[in-house]
Amino acid sequence: MADLLLELRNLRKRFGGLTVTDDVSLDLKRGEIHALIGPNGAGKTTLIHQISGTLAPDSGQILFAGTDVTHLRMAKRARMGLARSFQITSIIPSFTARENAALAVQARHGSSFRFFRPANSEAALNEEAMAALTEVGLERRAETPAAALSHGEKRQLELAIALAMQPRVLLLDEPLAGTGAEEAERLMRILGGLRARYAILLIEHDMPAVFALADRISVLAQGRVIAHGTPEVIRADPAVRDAYLGEDEVA
Amino acid sequence: MKRPDVLIALAIFAALAAAPFIGFGQGYSLTLLARAMIFGMAAISLSLLVGGGGLVSLGHAAMLGVGAYAVVVLDHARITEAWMVVPVGIGAAALFALVTGAIAIRTSGVHFIMITLAFGQMAFFTTSSLALYGGDDGYTLYNRLEVFGSRALERGIVFHFTCLGLLIAVWALVRALLHSRFGRVLQAARDNETRARAVGFEPYPYRLAAYVIAGAIGGLSGVLLANAAEFVAPAYLAWQRSGDLLFMVILGGLSGPHGALMGALAFVLIEEWLAKLTEHWRLIFGPLLIFCVFFMRGGIAGLLRRG
Ligand SMILES: Nc1ncnc2c1ncn2[C@@H]1O[C@H](COP(=O)(O)OP(=O)(O)OP(=O)(O)O)[C@@H](O)[C@H]1O
Ligand SMILES: [Mg+2]
Repeated sequence: MADLLLELRNLRKRFGGLTVTDDVSLDLKRGEIHALIGPNGAGKTTLIHQISGTLAPDSGQILFAGTDVTHLRMAKRARMGLARSFQITSIIPSFTARENAALAVQARHGSSFRFFRPANSEAALNEEAMAALTEVGLERRAETPAAALSHGEKRQLELAIALAMQPRVLLLDEPLAGTGAEEAERLMRILGGLRARYAILLIEHDMPAVFALADRISVLAQGRVIAHGTPEVIRADPAVRDAYLGEDEVA
Repeated sequence: MKRPDVLIALAIFAALAAAPFIGFGQGYSLTLLARAMIFGMAAISLSLLVGGGGLVSLGHAAMLGVGAYAVVVLDHARITEAWMVVPVGIGAAALFALVTGAIAIRTSGVHFIMITLAFGQMAFFTTSSLALYGGDDGYTLYNRLEVFGSRALERGIVFHFTCLGLLIAVWALVRALLHSRFGRVLQAARDNETRARAVGFEPYPYRLAAYVIAGAIGGLSGVLLANAAEFVAPAYLAWQRSGDLLFMVILGGLSGPHGALMGALAFVLIEEWLAKLTEHWRLIFGPLLIFCVFFMRGGIAGLLRRG
């Protein structure tokens, strides 16, 4: 199946006595946003860590576009087209916003064992970096050192870096976390627009955003997928109400 | 001016070029300046690791030592032609860096410092035991290298400008490296290793390449140092020497090769000046260095930027 980009099969992970990923199987198809929700500590980030290669699962399989990537290193998975954003912003503070994005472009644009030509003068890298920054609305801050960006702008940069990788799958860990209402709205619009080009696994606590964006939702609680389905199905699921959704959010 | 670091470096090079003609042309001054420039090259190479890669090596003197002992070994075999000796010195140091770096770079932080120190000590004790080359007492070179059979390097002024030319080349090389694609990856991995991996860069090969390049330049410095002093001893590889080099880099500021250059020149010249002032100069030099670390964040380069 060419449209099945990501498939998790019976993933398990324990931290000592704590089971954080408990027999998780789920998949992600081209052109969809699959939201992963669940209470704090449910194991969402840990799952992204395993998919992206930061952490190794204890057992189970991760298939990316049909290839078993369970034992590949993070950098290799990234070059194959598996991009992630971090819940806690992870950028290169001493680089400008443009340089942060250009680093990601550079990773898929020929060898980086080039020693003499100034990277900042490579038009091809800069253009694609600028395109990614423009997409998230950060083009006017391109030459600002990343360390000097506001929190919301850093979240935008985090997304721009992932876009600059031109991946096939985007794993987004709470992209809206800590952004203001206006920024969140803008990011949501962007995410909606990305759906056509990428398969997106979206972790998000902002329920209105999740229900507005997601094609499918999986609910994680204590490492287990306790519910799975369309937003309508999830909204109506009593187990989900118990485990996670507050009454006001469901109403 | 968008490139103040280039201006600073060019001003220093101009001063070094003028020095022999404005009162520093005697043998003693030229030897001192040559020494300062040679340590400048070594410090610049170390700054590629420390500043560029976040790799704090406490074994960099070993790179100089390998270069210097390459001169000794070849001299003993009566090979003194620069076009033979220089490439061998550079190559030997690069090889040493490749082998030790391949292991050291698997570690990070304090472990990296300790393992580079350990490799440096290994090299130190190895040279001490080389009875054929004087062991602890060292080895005296009766002549400097020949260049196509010419003994021009014996003349202080020729040696001075040879060192200056090489210093400029080393500075330009390291500066270019840091601005290249390669340098960008190296610095990204220094700042945020996880981010570098997440976009697709495994830091290891980039760090190892930097380590080998720094080692090669260190080897060149060692070849020159042997020729400047016309003497080589295991003390060249002592860990204190690695510490001095690290100090020069930090004193200058980690903002680029011009910082390391300033740090090295300041270190060598202040050390010399204090030594002339009093025989207890170390008592002053130590606290002075500590003062610099505490009160000059960003080193000399940082002072200039603010001033
Ligand atoms: N390295 C670790 N060692 C031990 N326990 C860990 C480790 N990382 C996470 N945990 C624990 O695993 C559980 C799942 O954490 P995880 O970060 O995946 O949750 P999450 O669903 O992303 O939560 P949040 O919504 O707060 O981001 C938590 O109980 C956490 O304390
Ligand atoms: Mg999380």
